[in-house]
Amino acid sequence: MTALRQSLELGLSLCRTCGLVVPRASLRIDRRCPRCRSGIEQRTPFSTEKTLAWLIAGIVLYIPANLLPVMHTSGLLGEQDSTILGGILEFWRSGDWDIALLIFTASVAVPFTKFIAIGLLLLTVRKSSRWQQHQRTVLYRVVEFIGYWSMLDVIVVALTAALMQFQVLGAAEPRAGIAFFCAVVVVTMLSALSFDPRLIWDRPA
Amino acid sequence: MSAAPTPPSEEELPAPVVQNRRWVPRLVWVVPIAAAVIGMSLLVRNWANQGPRITISFLSGEGVQVGKTLVKYRDVAVGRVSAVGLSADHQTVVVSADLSKDVASLLRTDTQFWIVRPRVGVGSVSGLDTLLSGVYIGMKTGAATSRERQFVGLENPPALPHGPHGRELQLHATRAGSLAIGAPVYFRQFQVGRVIDENLLPDGSTRVTVFVDAPYDGFVKSVTRFWNASGIDVKLDAGGLKVQTESLAAVLVGGLAFDDGPTEAVPAAAGTPGEFTLYKNETDAMAAPDGNPHYVRMRFAQALRGLEVGAPVEFVGVNIGSVIAVDLGYERQDKSFPVNVTAKLYPRRMGLAYSTLAAQGKTESDETLAAFVGTLVNRGLRAQPRSTNLLMGTLYIALDFMPASPRVPFDASIRPLELPTVNGTFQELEASVGQLVKKVNNLPLEKIAADLHTDLTDLHETLSEIHSRMLPSAEDTLSALHSTLDSADRSLDVASPLQRGVTETLSETRSTLQAVRELADYLDRHPDALLRGRRPQKMPERPAASSSDAKP
Repeated sequence: MTALRQSLELGLSLCRTCGLVVPRASLRIDRRCPRCRSGIEQRTPFSTEKTLAWLIAGIVLYIPANLLPVMHTSGLLGEQDSTILGGILEFWRSGDWDIALLIFTASVAVPFTKFIAIGLLLLTVRKSSRWQQHQRTVLYRVVEFIGYWSMLDVIVVALTAALMQFQVLGAAEPRAGIAFFCAVVVVTMLSALSFDPRLIWDRPA
Repeated sequence: MSAAPTPPSEEELPAPVVQNRRWVPRLVWVVPIAAAVIGMSLLVRNWANQGPRITISFLSGEGVQVGKTLVKYRDVAVGRVSAVGLSADHQTVVVSADLSKDVASLLRTDTQFWIVRPRVGVGSVSGLDTLLSGVYIGMKTGAATSRERQFVGLENPPALPHGPHGRELQLHATRAGSLAIGAPVYFRQFQVGRVIDENLLPDGSTRVTVFVDAPYDGFVKSVTRFWNASGIDVKLDAGGLKVQTESLAAVLVGGLAFDDGPTEAVPAAAGTPGEFTLYKNETDAMAAPDGNPHYVRMRFAQALRGLEVGAPVEFVGVNIGSVIAVDLGYERQDKSFPVNVTAKLYPRRMGLAYSTLAAQGKTESDETLAAFVGTLVNRGLRAQPRSTNLLMGTLYIALDFMPASPRVPFDASIRPLELPTVNGTFQELEASVGQLVKKVNNLPLEKIAADLHTDLTDLHETLSEIHSRMLPSAEDTLSALHSTLDSADRSLDVASPLQRGVTETLSETRSTLQAVRELADYLDRHPDALLRGRRPQKMPERPAASSSDAKP
C-alpha cells in the first residue's frame, strides 16, 4: 500500500470545525476558514508543549489526590478519614469486589492509562516515529473518550456527602483530596484536547 | 491588509513573517507549576503538622485496632494507632501510634501508656465506656525532662490517671499486709487518698506509694505516723481477744490510716521528706519510738514450759521487750540443764525512768545500758519467770526488784548482758495445788456415798409403804364419809318424812304447851279448881282459848 499523500505535501489545510479543505495559499492572507470563520492552523501551535504541561500538572495533582482523604465519615462507632485507595481496599476486604473493581477502574486504572497513553503519544510524536500510527490514533480517541469516566469518584463523594447527613448517627463530608482528584480529571482532559492527533502522521522533514 | 488583484507567484514574493507571540502558549506551564506548588505546600503542611510517631509495647494487644484505636490524654483523643505488630522476640505486642503535634512535649521518659478496658474491681468500676467504643490507650505524662519515643505500656491503669493535686508519699514496711493498689488511705476515718503503687525492694522490704489528695496533704507532717488498717486484725494473746478494723471497705480491700504521732517524739526515719515508716497497727504506730533493741541473756535453773518466743519481758509491769530465743544449756559443774533465755529490750520503753537514770550517758549505747542495768541489779533487780494465765500456762519474764535475794556479782562487760535470775513461784503454786488435790483425794468419799445410798434406799421403802397401804384405806374412809354426808343431805330435805314428822311433832308440842299454859292460868285464877273441879266459863273474851283442849 502506497503511503497516502499528506495535506502538507498537497498544500492544503483542513478546517477542524467545519471540515472544509482550504488551500494553504489562501491562509497566508486570512487565517480563518472562508466558510465558518473559525481559525485554521496547519497544526495546533505548541500542541506537544501544552499537552506536556497539562500532563505534568495532572500527574502532580494526582499525588495529593491519592494521599489526602477524599471523604470524612463520622458515626456512632467513631470517625474515619478515607482515601481513594483506602476505600477500594475496604470494599475489597468487605467482599464487595465488584464495587472495588469499579472504583479502581475509574480512579486508578483510567488516570494511569491516560498518563501513559498521552505520554506515549507525546514521545512518539517528538521522535516523529512511524510506529503503529493507526493504533496510536485509536489510542488517542480512546483517551479522549474515557477521560470523563474518572469523574465517577467525584460524583460518588458528592452524592454521599449530600445524602448522608444524619447528625449524630452518621455524617459524611468531602475532604480536599476529592478536589484534587477532580482537578486531575479536568487537567488530563485538557491535556488530551491540547494534543493534535495529526502530529501522529507527520513525517520527519 | 490589502487584497492584491493578481497574486504573484510564490517564488517572487517574500514570505510574510508570521511572528507568533511565543509566551502566550507558554502560559500553560503555569498550570503544572501551580499544581506542583499547591501539592508541595499541602504535603509540607501535612508533614509539618504530623506529630510524633511513638511505639508502645504491651504484653497483649487485645482489642487494639489499627486506624481505630485512639490514644487519649485526659479523655481527649490525641492520636491514633497506626500499626500493631510483634516485637522481634515475639514476646510483646508493639503498638505504633501517631500523635498530634501538640502533645509531643508530653512524651517524656516517664510518660505512661496503658490500654483502657472495662474493669470491675472490689473498690471501683472503670472503663465502662469502652464496652461500646472499643478499647483506647490512656496516656499520663511524667515529670522527666528528657524526651522519649519508645515506651513500655502498663498492664494495669495507674491509680491516678489524671494527675490530681496532692502529695505522693513513700512508706516503708517489712510487709505490706493485705493492701491492693487503689486501697483507701484514711485520716481519722475519712478517706483522703489511696495506694497507688506497691513494690518489693531488693532487700525484701516493701515500699508502698500512696497519694494524699490536695486539701488533705497538709495533714501529713513530719510527725505523722502511718499504719496498716487492712482487713481485720484479730489478736488473741494473754490479754484476751482484740479485733481492730478501720472501716468496712478497708476490711474488703485493705487500707492505710495516718494520724499525728506523739509530738515530742523524734521523727521516725529522719531521712528524705515524703518517706515514712508503715507500722503494723495503730498501737505500734502511736507508741513512742522504741529505739534500738538491746539484747540480754538470762539463765534459769528450772524448766520453763510455756515460755515461748515472743513472750513479753516486763519491767515492773511495763512491757519493755520480748523473748527471742529459748535454748537449753549445760552446766558442767553440777551437770544440770539450765534454760538460756535471750531477750531483746527496748530501754526507751522505760520512759522517764531510763532517761533520768541513764542521764549521765547521753549516747544510747550498750555501755549506757550496762551501767544502768548494773545499778538496778545492785538494787536487787532479778529476772523471774511468771505465769500470765493459769489456765493456758503461758509464761513471761518479769524484771522486778527483790531486795531479799542474795547479792550477785554483775559483770557489765559481757555481751549480751547477763541478768541474774530467781526461780519462778509457779512451781510452789503447783505443789500446793498438788497438796490440795491430795487432800481431796484422801476424803472418804466412797463411804459417804455408800451411807447416803443406804439412807436413800430406806426413804424409798417408807415411801412405797405409804403408797401401797395407807392410800387404799384412806380412799375407803373417804367414800364412807361421802355416803354419810349424802344420807344426811337426804334426811335434811324439806320433803323427807322425817322432816314432816318433826314439823308435826313440833306443832303438837306447841298446842300442848298452849293447853298447859291455859291450865296454869286457870289454876292461877281458880286455885280451887284443883279441888272443886272446873266451873262454867265466865269469861267470854277468851272463848277460843279453852274450847276443846283446855281440859285437864
